[in-house]
Amino acid sequence: MRVALPHPLLAVPVMFVALAAWAVEPSAARADSAEEAGLKIATDARERQKGFGNFTASLTMTLRNKRGQESQRELRLKVIEVDGDGDRTLFVFDRPRDVRGTAFLVHAHKDEPDEQWLYLPALKRVKRISSSKQSGSFMGSEFSYEDMGAVEVEKFTHRHLRDEACGDLECAVLERVPISKDSGYSRQLVWLDREELRTMQIQFFDRRDEHLKTMVVEDHQQYLGRFWRAGTITMTNHLTGKGTVLVWQDYEFGTDLDLGDFTKTALKRVR
Amino acid sequence: MRRLVLLSAPFWLLLPALATGAHADDGFVEFVEVTGRLSPETRLYPETAAYPGQRSHASGLVAELTLYMEDEDGRSITVTPFYRYDAGDPDRTHGDLREAFLLLYGDLGDDEWELRLGFDRVFWGVVESRPLVDIVNQTDLVENPNEKTKMGQPMAHVTWAGDWGALELFALTWHRERTFPGRHGRLRAGLVVDHGLTSYESADEEWHLDLAARFTSSFGPVDIGLSVFDGTSREPTLLPALAGSEFVLAPFYEQITQFGLDTQITTGSWLLKLEAIHRAGAQNRRLDQQLRYEEEDYAAFIAGGEYTINGVWDSDADLSLIGELARDGRGRWATNAFENDILLAARLGLNDEQSTEFTVSVLESLDNSTRVLSAELKRRLSENWSLHVEGTAYFDVDETDVIYEVRRDSFIGVNLDYNF
Repeated sequence: MRVALPHPLLAVPVMFVALAAWAVEPSAARADSAEEAGLKIATDARERQKGFGNFTASLTMTLRNKRGQESQRELRLKVIEVDGDGDRTLFVFDRPRDVRGTAFLVHAHKDEPDEQWLYLPALKRVKRISSSKQSGSFMGSEFSYEDMGAVEVEKFTHRHLRDEACGDLECAVLERVPISKDSGYSRQLVWLDREELRTMQIQFFDRRDEHLKTMVVEDHQQYLGRFWRAGTITMTNHLTGKGTVLVWQDYEFGTDLDLGDFTKTALKRVR
Repeated sequence: MRRLVLLSAPFWLLLPALATGAHADDGFVEFVEVTGRLSPETRLYPETAAYPGQRSHASGLVAELTLYMEDEDGRSITVTPFYRYDAGDPDRTHGDLREAFLLLYGDLGDDEWELRLGFDRVFWGVVESRPLVDIVNQTDLVENPNEKTKMGQPMAHVTWAGDWGALELFALTWHRERTFPGRHGRLRAGLVVDHGLTSYESADEEWHLDLAARFTSSFGPVDIGLSVFDGTSREPTLLPALAGSEFVLAPFYEQITQFGLDTQITTGSWLLKLEAIHRAGAQNRRLDQQLRYEEEDYAAFIAGGEYTINGVWDSDADLSLIGELARDGRGRWATNAFENDILLAARLGLNDEQSTEFTVSVLESLDNSTRVLSAELKRRLSENWSLHVEGTAYFDVDETDVIYEVRRDSFIGVNLDYNF
């Protein structure tokens, strides 16, 4: 509940300012407060995820096409937190076999474009790739590159729309608009449960503002008594009828990874 | 080939030692993995051969196996033998030890170090048309005329890396000879290369100790690599010689010094690329009175860019348009086809479940009529199988062009890869 009520000492002056503003220009003040509340919730949600240090996990992706045919992808990932900057993530592909050993390294940044490198084991070549690729499909799935990375608050403007029930929980519904013009989305609607600020559902709207995809997150589990992580994420594309199910497994926190495991040199020795 | 086996003997001897370690109580080997690729391949040359003995196909099988072993401290050994059998050209049937190295790494304060000892492959560069800066490994030319397939090279390779970039030092010995198609093969010169006549400028011959260093760093969108190589050239000068009653080509490997620069600027939808070298000590293609080629120091560069349209034509596909200009200071006496040429290419990645990718390119000489058209299709068929189709066509090849002798060797190749 710390979202709805910020620090008690802050609440009083904020209320005065809000009331004063409302008296002068009611609609603008309400828009402001929706944005403030949205930013507050998003910042709190991000804050709660901080301090994990590093973790590793494995992922199974099941791609389902319109005719219901399925194909599988298997990959592993390693994530490390960086003080004052975005996380660094290393993806290593295991299946299908022709991309085995291919690795993808992302240095996420808060205020500048992410840096991304692809390692092609057959050529032993590290290729720096453009972050404008973020709207492209990740391994042929319904997830795009931008859906796979950690969400940095600075990459969106936020607005708190309403609170509503989501299953057995009470959710805050945020609208967030990506700042990058390379994003494939005009906006996203995000359902976060009020209690733990976990992402429960995201609706993605394409550049024509059509409802493109819906992502549903299930089977959350808590690690180290603090960090909630998704178990199953289902992405459905409403325009094509295709879908992708992501199953996260083998979460391991507090491994001996350090920043040296997330460099171009380390990328070349990935297995 | 026998030397290959002898040189790699220490690694083969290490294998059973490590394998038995796996059963020991302390479990020395933490992780063992065997992966590989089997790929039946066929290549057809529709045009009549230019030289007697040349066949109209090259068909066979490629096998590549990788054994990877890692202990609990992250130390690892990687061994990758490679073998190609070709029914069309016996000289294309060959084996190589692509990798057989010990890998160690660790922290160095805030930085890190890495040591690789043994046969390994190293790639330097950014451009698409042709490897220019890349020089550590020998080209396995019979694999593909695009010069992009490399052989294993014995080396000691030390890396020191940090936030400031990475510094790499290489000590290389046992120079590998470039592979060339034989009498029955296509994509060769009129004369056949005779490996029995190989000679070296250095008295140490293939045992000369070659040294190389490379520094790489990034400044925001700019990646830069500076390199230097001093040692035995990977590219031989091919001298006409008499073997018995027949003229052949005798490979001669000079001592060279090469400085290289490769840089890429990654900004928005653009990749801007430059590779440049200065090479001293190599010979060009101009024959003097004594039928020797001239020694000429030269500079060469390949510069260009790649522009990608994501979600082109309202689909999930990415279309990349590539344009590169290649110049070689030796002009018409250059030893490759990129003396003054432009490459234009388009790559369409469908981003579908099969990762279908289609590339077409044209290499056009700015000095003469030569034009080389290439097309490539890659598509995954199932969990283990994938398809690769590749074709190259030579048009109006000018008589003065270095590729004149392969003008009738347009080909289409199909291979099915079984990955496991």
